[in-house]
Amino acid sequence: MSDILTKSRARNVFYGGSIFFVVVFVALTAQSHRFIVKTSTAGAPITEEVRLGKEVWERNSCINCHTLHGEGAYFAPEVGNVMTRWGVADDPEGAFDILKGWMEAQPSGIEGRRQMPHFEITDEEMRGLAEFLRWADQTNTQNWPPNDAG
Amino acid sequence: MKYQSQSVAKYYFFAALALFAIQVLGGLLAGWIYVSPNTLSELLPFNIVRMIHTNALIVWLLLGFFGAAYYLVPEEAERELFSTKLAYIQLIILLVGTLGAVGSYLVGIHGGREFLEQPLWVKFGILVAAVIFLVNISLTALAGRKTAITNILLMGLWLLCLLWVFAFINPDNLSLDKMYWWMVVHLWVEATWELVMAATLGFLMLKLTGVDREVIEKWLYVIVALALFSGILGTGHHFYWIGTPGYWQWVGSIFSTLEVIPFFAMMTFAFVMVWKGRRNHPNKAALLWSLGSSTVAFFGAGVWGFLHTLHGVNYYTHGTQITAAHGHLAFYGAYVALNLAMFTYAMPQLRKRAPYNQVLNMASFWLMTGGMAFMTFTLTFAGTIQTHMQRILGEYYMDVQDQLDLFYIMRFGSGVAVVLGAILFIQSLVMVRRELIQPGPIVAQAGE
Ligand code: HEM
Ligand code: HEM
Ligand SMILES: [Fe+2]
Repeated sequence: MSDILTKSRARNVFYGGSIFFVVVFVALTAQSHRFIVKTSTAGAPITEEVRLGKEVWERNSCINCHTLHGEGAYFAPEVGNVMTRWGVADDPEGAFDILKGWMEAQPSGIEGRRQMPHFEITDEEMRGLAEFLRWADQTNTQNWPPNDAG
Repeated sequence: MKYQSQSVAKYYFFAALALFAIQVLGGLLAGWIYVSPNTLSELLPFNIVRMIHTNALIVWLLLGFFGAAYYLVPEEAERELFSTKLAYIQLIILLVGTLGAVGSYLVGIHGGREFLEQPLWVKFGILVAAVIFLVNISLTALAGRKTAITNILLMGLWLLCLLWVFAFINPDNLSLDKMYWWMVVHLWVEATWELVMAATLGFLMLKLTGVDREVIEKWLYVIVALALFSGILGTGHHFYWIGTPGYWQWVGSIFSTLEVIPFFAMMTFAFVMVWKGRRNHPNKAALLWSLGSSTVAFFGAGVWGFLHTLHGVNYYTHGTQITAAHGHLAFYGAYVALNLAMFTYAMPQLRKRAPYNQVLNMASFWLMTGGMAFMTFTLTFAGTIQTHMQRILGEYYMDVQDQLDLFYIMRFGSGVAVVLGAILFIQSLVMVRRELIQPGPIVAQAGE
């Protein structure tokens, strides 16, 4: 074996093969990019509100307690489908009201229960956040999560 | 240590160890909040603690890699570093950025993409530091002897720095954001960092076992080929449920399963080299860490990765404590233990002492590794119950979590062991000066 597989052959296989897989990966990524824009997230437009909502989501680092589409921290519930769980996925006003009510009731202060912090969020930002979560909820995620519990 | 300029590595290693301490203390606090959720909940909420825990981890591992490169490349290239001044400037930028990031997290200023929460100015600082590093280390390598070890190490470091560009790309479309986010996260730990790991492990084997360089370098090319051939398309195991096309379920399942092979190869490589090697290097602790790293990496990344990587399984386990279990053992085995192996090997040389306090150091290996293994087991049990109750029976998240207290208490306990191990390790490298136990004489065995 050591005669057939010399060091320089091994090196060349490494270079050649890696370039091949990078090219395939870039092509699939480009196709996936198009698929996301044109198909899987095309159900609802990215409005100014959605954009603002994503910014608010990031500014408060919600991802370091919650998962969103199953990614993030595992300390608090999944929110990729929270609007479905609350039954307001198609109801912007209801989504705003229930989210605002929820956020303002935090932290619950209940002894022995995980606490969600209090965040200073204006009504405009709250509406953005609700729209962002509604927008995320309509993404085609290949039927994930398995049920509404998230 | 053969070259004066290698000594810059020492300061990188000290800085890395300090952040390591912060990382595990942050983890311990996060683990405690799971057990007693009202702790500090208004002052220092869980999300901030977690950011400090994960960011400190990533930065100290990178500092360790940079330090390792500054130690290893002069020795391989057989010349002094291009510039020690640049290396110190780079370190200062990174430290200012790190302290700035931690400070701003504490006052609530941060981004919101997991692991990439650093404020923009810190991200730019990291970029500048990376450029300085690449220039410095590449000019050193180009001017000197070229070996496969430096070649692979530099390729890994160049590519990982290039991928940092994706840290700046944050599309408004959440699914696109997620897809490009993985170009940093997955293509770091399951592609480019593996090149760094292989090169470092190769260097350690060369020094510790005395096996022929030709043999080691051929192995290295095979290992890194296996890593990239599987790891690049293996990114697909994160593209199952985030809005990406369905075909990733097959591409991701198949190629990420193949990712187990390079980790198996690295473990085999380490053991075969020790078996074949004739050199009886006095630094037994460095050898223990090297073998331990490749073995735990195989279990953490390989076995625990495979556990949830097939899309049919991942549909149910995605984003549960199973993921946390895997993340911990994989990071620990592949990158924490590898860095600690390099520190253990290099520090005595950098401080111009015989390898010392191997007993303390080896005790810290078993304490830390035992702790991480136990943590992985408890989280795996917690995750299994969570998956069943929440994903199959459909019970609500918070109700399920209430049933898992026992596991979180045990996780905290194992965290205490890890922290004690880390303190012991730091002490053995930084403080203690005398050997605890005299080594026995080396006796030649029949057949040698
Ligand atoms: C004192 C020991 C440690 C404790 C108690 C601990 C605890 C934790 C906790 C509670 C989390 C948050 C999980 C969640 O989101 O719910 C976490 C995340 C994490 N920790 Fe640790 N940790 C410890 C040591 C370590 C070490 C040594 C490493 C590196 C090997 C590490 C790497 C990570 C990573 C990568 C994450 C993010 C996981 C993910 O997103 O899947 N931790 N840790
Ligand atoms: C040393 C190498 C590796 C490290 C450091 C590592 C670390 C991690 C971390 C931290 C996460 C959680 C990311 C998040 O926060 O969402 C993760 C997720 C994952 N890893 Fe790895 N990993 C490694 C190798 C592997 C390998 C070789 C496999 C497959 C065989 C694998 C399979 C997975 C899968 C399927 C997920 C997604 C889990 C989910 O759906 O929630 N990993 N890994
Ligand atoms: Fe991955």
